[in-house]
This record gives sequence, C-alpha cells and structure tokens, in this order.
Amino acid sequence: MKHEFIEKNVGLLAILIIVAISFGGLAQITPLLFQKETNEPVDTLRPYTALEMEGRDIYIKEGCHTCHSQMIRPFRAETERYGHYSVAGEHVWEHPFLWGSKRTGPDLARVGQRYSDAWHEVHLINPRDVVPQSNMPGFPWLMENVLTGEDTQRKLEIFRDNFGVPYTDQDIAGAQAAVEGKTEMQALIAYLQSLGHAFQ
Amino acid sequence: MSLFWTIWISVITLIVVIGCAILLRLTSRNDTGVPEGEPMPHTFDGIQEMNNPLPKWWVGLFWFTIVIAVIYSFAFPTFTANYNGLLNWTSSEQSVMNPEESAELAKTSQSQYQREMNAADDKFGAVFKELAYQPSGEYKDLTLIAKDPEAVKVGQRLYLQNCAQCHGSDARGSKGFPNLTDDDWLYGGEAETIKATIMHGRNGVMAAWKDVLGGDQGVTEVASYVLQLSGRRVNAIEAQAGEEKFVICAACHGADGKGNHALGAPNLTDKIWLYGGSRKAVEDTIANGRNGVMPAWAKVLGEDKVHLISAFVYSLSQEK
Repeated sequence: MKHEFIEKNVGLLAILIIVAISFGGLAQITPLLFQKETNEPVDTLRPYTALEMEGRDIYIKEGCHTCHSQMIRPFRAETERYGHYSVAGEHVWEHPFLWGSKRTGPDLARVGQRYSDAWHEVHLINPRDVVPQSNMPGFPWLMENVLTGEDTQRKLEIFRDNFGVPYTDQDIAGAQAAVEGKTEMQALIAYLQSLGHAFQ
Repeated sequence: MSLFWTIWISVITLIVVIGCAILLRLTSRNDTGVPEGEPMPHTFDGIQEMNNPLPKWWVGLFWFTIVIAVIYSFAFPTFTANYNGLLNWTSSEQSVMNPEESAELAKTSQSQYQREMNAADDKFGAVFKELAYQPSGEYKDLTLIAKDPEAVKVGQRLYLQNCAQCHGSDARGSKGFPNLTDDDWLYGGEAETIKATIMHGRNGVMAAWKDVLGGDQGVTEVASYVLQLSGRRVNAIEAQAGEEKFVICAACHGADGKGNHALGAPNLTDKIWLYGGSRKAVEDTIANGRNGVMPAWAKVLGEDKVHLISAFVYSLSQEK
C-alpha cells in the first residue's frame, strides 16, 4: 500500500492508527482480565454491608477520591505510614475501583479502625478541630442528610448479579432496614472504618 | 499464568518489535523515484516538499531503542509472570492471599520492596534494638526508657506521626480525647497499663441514662450532684435528690465518684472533664451516654514501636 494512499484516506488512517496503538493494550491489559491474582478475592475479604455500601456512594458523591487515593504502593516510605501494600485481590469487588491518582490528603486504603468513630465525626465536620494544619474542607451537612435506603437493596442486587459479590438473600432483604434513618455521616464513617479490613 | 497467555504476550511483543524494525527499514529507503534533495512532484497551497532522507541521528536512535527493547524483554519479567527474567526482578509479592502468607513470604522474598525493607532493617534495626531492648533480648523496662532522652525523642516522633491526630501534638488532648500530660488516667497511668492501652485499644462505654433517671428532671439532679463532687456550687436540693440516684452511677464510678481504672470510668471528683465540664455538657453525657474508643495499634505499628511510644507517653506525666 502506498504511503500516499493512506495519508489521503483519513478513515483508513484512523483505523490503522487504532490497530497500531492497540498492541500495547492487548499485551498488557487483556491477560490481566483472566488472571487469578486480579480475579480472586483475598481470603479475608468480605462484602460491604448495606450501610457501608451507602457510605461508599457518599464517598464518591462528595468527591473524596479526588484528593484521597486508596492504593498503597510497595515502597517502604508508603508501607511505614499506611500499612501493607495494596494487592489486586482486595479490589475484585470494587465497581468502580476508587484507587484515585492524586494525594492531596493521605491514602485511605487502610484507614479503617485507625481512628474512633467519634474522631471521624469531629474531623469530617471541621478537620481543623483535630488536625490544625489540615486543608481538607468540612462536610457538616453529612450530619443533617438522612438516608431513606430506597435504592440500597437494588444496589446490593446489582453487585451480586453483575459482579458476583456473594450477598445472601438475607443481606438483600434487610438492606433498606439497615440503612433507613441513618445519617450520611454514619454511613460514610461505617465505610471508612471498613477500608483495608482484609489485610489488617 | 497459562501457556496461552505467555504465547499471546510473546507473539504481540515480537510483532511490535519486528514490525518497528521493518517499518524503519522501509521508510529509510528511497522508493519515490525522485533523487535525494530534489523537489517532490506535488505542492500543497504552494508549499513544496523536498525528498530529504530521515536524519541519521534519529534513525540511529530508533535502532537503539529496538535493541534496548529486546534486551529489556529478556532481563525483566516480560513474557510470563512465572519467569522473572535474567535479573530475577519482581516489584513485590502480589499474589499473597492473606497477611500471614505475606509475612511468611517476606522472610525469603527477594522482591525490590523486600530488599528495600531489609536494607532499612539493617540500617535502623540495630539503633532501635539498643533503645528498646536489653542485651538479653527482652524489652527494657518502660520507666527506664522514659529516662533515656534519645529513646524518648524517637517515641515522640512516632507519637507525632500516629497519635497526634487525636491527642494533639502537645499531647494535651481535646474534647473526647484524653490529655496525656496530666496525672488523671481513665485506665491507669502505670507504664505497662499505658502500653496495654496502646497495644489493644480501649472501648469506654457510658450508657444513656435519661430514661432510667426519669427524664430531664432526673438528669439535672444527678448532674448537680456530680458537679458538687468536684466542689462546684449547685442547688442543694437538686444535689440531694441526685445523690440518691447516684447509686446507679456508683456501679462504675464508685460510691465516692472517684472512678474505676478497671472499667475506664473517670474520676468525677477532680476538675478534669473529658467531654467538657459545663452543666450542659455533663447533662448531655448523663442523658445520652458516651463511647470513647481508643484504636488498637499492635497490628498497625508492631510491639517495638508501641513500646517506645508508651515510654514517651509515660514520660509526659513524670516530668513535673
């Protein structure tokens, strides 16, 4: 094929470019979709409870992941501060994963059980009350917003049916009751306290 | 990793490397029929293209990258996860299924991460041992470490990184988070008790008493009596009524209100208030209860570090 012919047919050029750049993805990404390491949950992983699942959605809604990563890399500088490095098997039930790519605040992959619920509450209302040099915004409205749990059951069903998360019928039936009337603050704290449970 | 994926990766890698070489070879040839340096037989908006070859240095660099790609492919784990390449390199043990397995592998692992950890251990381990351990291999007594300025300094650093978020960088605490510099201890201020608190955490539960005490009136009365215990001037009739109801509270706080270290029940007769000493705060505590949680640090920090932090915290209340 003449070089000139490709240059003058933009559609063909586009297709050939896509073919050329897809080689990297085919070699690097596709095998990972079929590996044990990336598909099998670690021994100690448990699914999020209904309340934690709602808390996770609040984490996403409030944009926590834009400043906090959930991915501890295997460097001493990170593991000394945050704990054991993250492994793929901890994240197989995360849809979407919340690894993040920017650390304005610290990594939260193993923040669970590191602070008391009371600390999280004070800290989320006004971080400077407990960490004077913090530049994190306060989230006082989390105390006021009350969850109805309307969609909770559906969310758990989606995770069970589409992503293979082992929720029992009991979990799903009791989902709304477990969440209804709780504040967003309670849900978010429950979620934060669960982070990293598999490797603690 | 199955044979299929090994072949998959190898073939694609081979196609890309060889493809690049072929492409480079083809574009380095003059197939245009126009001699080098002469104008090409087309113009675009009056702009003319000359038939110039690719710069030699650029072509040379391209060949160089192809050679490097081949060397790299064999030196590092490229084609399969089961083969670590000629340099036997791995980043870390990524296939571990639980913390115990990870700890077991760490003893023998030669991953880049483990080598970094081992190097740090060689460098700092000896220093640390001298601060925290006796020559016999047992931990030094905490009260002794608390008198070693070097060890206390290390303990302070660890405190600032891990404890200051709640107890404050000056260790004076804040509402709900105990002051560690005074002599008032919820669970006891002996060095070993402090260490136990840090290692295993504490869960202090004060129940909500509003209903038991008969609503707001009862809460007010008990609050008056409690405030009177630390010498505050209160309505004597209320305090009298509160004293009778205090029988319930005495189960944890003691008949004299001096608290109980075994239960983490605070002393109510001093003027130290974990959740505030205003009438409103005390009434709120009685009516709705409190739950003070100290997380457990044994797994997060390991006993060695906790030992030094304990010595530092112990030293805080010894200085005066």
